[in-house]
Amino acid sequence: MSTLRLLAVAWYLQFKMILRSPFDGFGNVLYPLFFATTAFFVFRAGDSPRTLIYASLGAAVMGMWSSVSTSAGSAMQRERWWGTLELLVAAPRHFSLVMFPSTLGLATVGIYNLAATLLWGRFAFGIPLTVTHPLLFGLSIVATVLAFGGLGLLFAVSFVRFRAAWVLGNFFEYPVWLICGFLVPLALLPGWVRPISWVLAPTWGMNAIRESALGGTPLPDLLLCLGLGLAYIGFAVLVTNRVLYDARARGSLSLT
Amino acid sequence: MAAIEAENLQRTYRTHTGTIRRRTKDIHAVRGVSFTIEPGELFGLLGPNGAGKTTTIKMLITLLIPTGGTARVLGLDVVKDAHEVRKRIGYVFGGERGVYERLSGYDNLRYFAELYGVPARLQKQRIEELLELVGLKGREHERAEGYSRGMKQRLHVARGLLHDPEVLFLDEPTIGLDPVGARELRATIASLTAAGKTILLTTHYMFEADALCDRIAVISKGEIVAEGTPADLKRGVEQGSVVEVEVYGVADDAIDRVRRLDGVTAVAVEEREQAQVLVVQSRSELELTSAILGHLDGGQVGRVSRREPTLEDAYVALVGEE
Repeated sequence: MSTLRLLAVAWYLQFKMILRSPFDGFGNVLYPLFFATTAFFVFRAGDSPRTLIYASLGAAVMGMWSSVSTSAGSAMQRERWWGTLELLVAAPRHFSLVMFPSTLGLATVGIYNLAATLLWGRFAFGIPLTVTHPLLFGLSIVATVLAFGGLGLLFAVSFVRFRAAWVLGNFFEYPVWLICGFLVPLALLPGWVRPISWVLAPTWGMNAIRESALGGTPLPDLLLCLGLGLAYIGFAVLVTNRVLYDARARGSLSLT
Repeated sequence: MAAIEAENLQRTYRTHTGTIRRRTKDIHAVRGVSFTIEPGELFGLLGPNGAGKTTTIKMLITLLIPTGGTARVLGLDVVKDAHEVRKRIGYVFGGERGVYERLSGYDNLRYFAELYGVPARLQKQRIEELLELVGLKGREHERAEGYSRGMKQRLHVARGLLHDPEVLFLDEPTIGLDPVGARELRATIASLTAAGKTILLTTHYMFEADALCDRIAVISKGEIVAEGTPADLKRGVEQGSVVEVEVYGVADDAIDRVRRLDGVTAVAVEEREQAQVLVVQSRSELELTSAILGHLDGGQVGRVSRREPTLEDAYVALVGEE
């Protein structure tokens, strides 16, 4: 119970901090509009409403992913600059329990990205917004947010050990767009890329969102996305103690 | 059972120099520090910058793994039982970092109350009590970015006390505070000792250590060079005397000549606006004033006085003229 409370309070306060950051806010408001616009211009040649919805949903998840991948690293770096990282480590609660609400908060901002992209597509370019399975669509979004939060947690834990790794957050932003099929179907990618796509939860989250919106069987994708997200969280929890011990041994926690 | 025990505690950092030809170098920050702090005691760790005070504290609060020796807090090993140690200790450091500036003071405390596992039903009351104790009542819902340095420092103290820890580590808590703020914080620290908390305090201010600490260890270059009550440490130099000479632009070689005078035990230079004050400690049976003045030839000399040694003189004599 106290763990759930910690997660809820920490998520709320982290979310509050993100909302109070003018620069993060500015980016979050503008990015989705660019993604939606780009997707529209790229895919309108197809002249099929279904293709446009496909692209619009892809652009929406792109925005969610960008929010997590770029911000997870900088969030950890900010904890270092603020001198709060040591306080978080010195607290008796498991460090992954402390960090997960932070990355989940970032993933939650992604929901705005998703909504803004879809609405921009609808009102600026007339891309219809039809959802075949509204409940599964909502659950797919929740599962994707959780999986993104889990992946963000893995990033954040590695950023504790490798100080410069926050740059990798930016590095991962674009390849995932491609590898996870946000804009281009996976079938078009070379065969050797697919195993990488399969172990990445965004692939299944994207599929689940599309299948539930366009009509299909989203449940297997949704469960795979959720399963992989939980696996990321489990793995992050397992490696956290090892990573923290290493950082304490090297004396790198207080470094900025 | 002692509240804190350090036994031959050591910490070495490995650093690298050079870009193409990388060389590793070992920095020995703490070289075998040992001390014992009894429950309810306020123990001071004094030393110049880089002496190893913060490194020692960080090993005791489980943020650094010692490279040698052992340490126990309330009988728990700081490496093997780190999780249990963390539940029982509070950590407060000086300066403005360590605060979520975009959150209010209240939200900062609420967040850390969760992290320290303060039961939900107690949180509100505990936070209210602490806001009252540190004098932030009425300002708690303002964002911390608008707090003065002193207010942030008081917020740190409240944070450190949220889970009512048995042992408190205060790392230079009054650094940078104005005199009134520092005095209020000292009063808070004194009230915590009165409430039975065990406190390990590091500070640069001798009068602060003198006024607050039951016992003091002086650390220099990673080693403890003296330990005892403030009175014990003062006794170490009270057989001597101190001559203070106000000088204007004294040359380094003149100071060296004074330092080499027979009977001189320590020389320190304090900067005071346009002037400097040469603080010369010597054995009490000697009258060295004229000899000192003789070595300051050429320099402009102001007021000259002779006084009894203080704890600060004891400290200067112990850590040398670094």
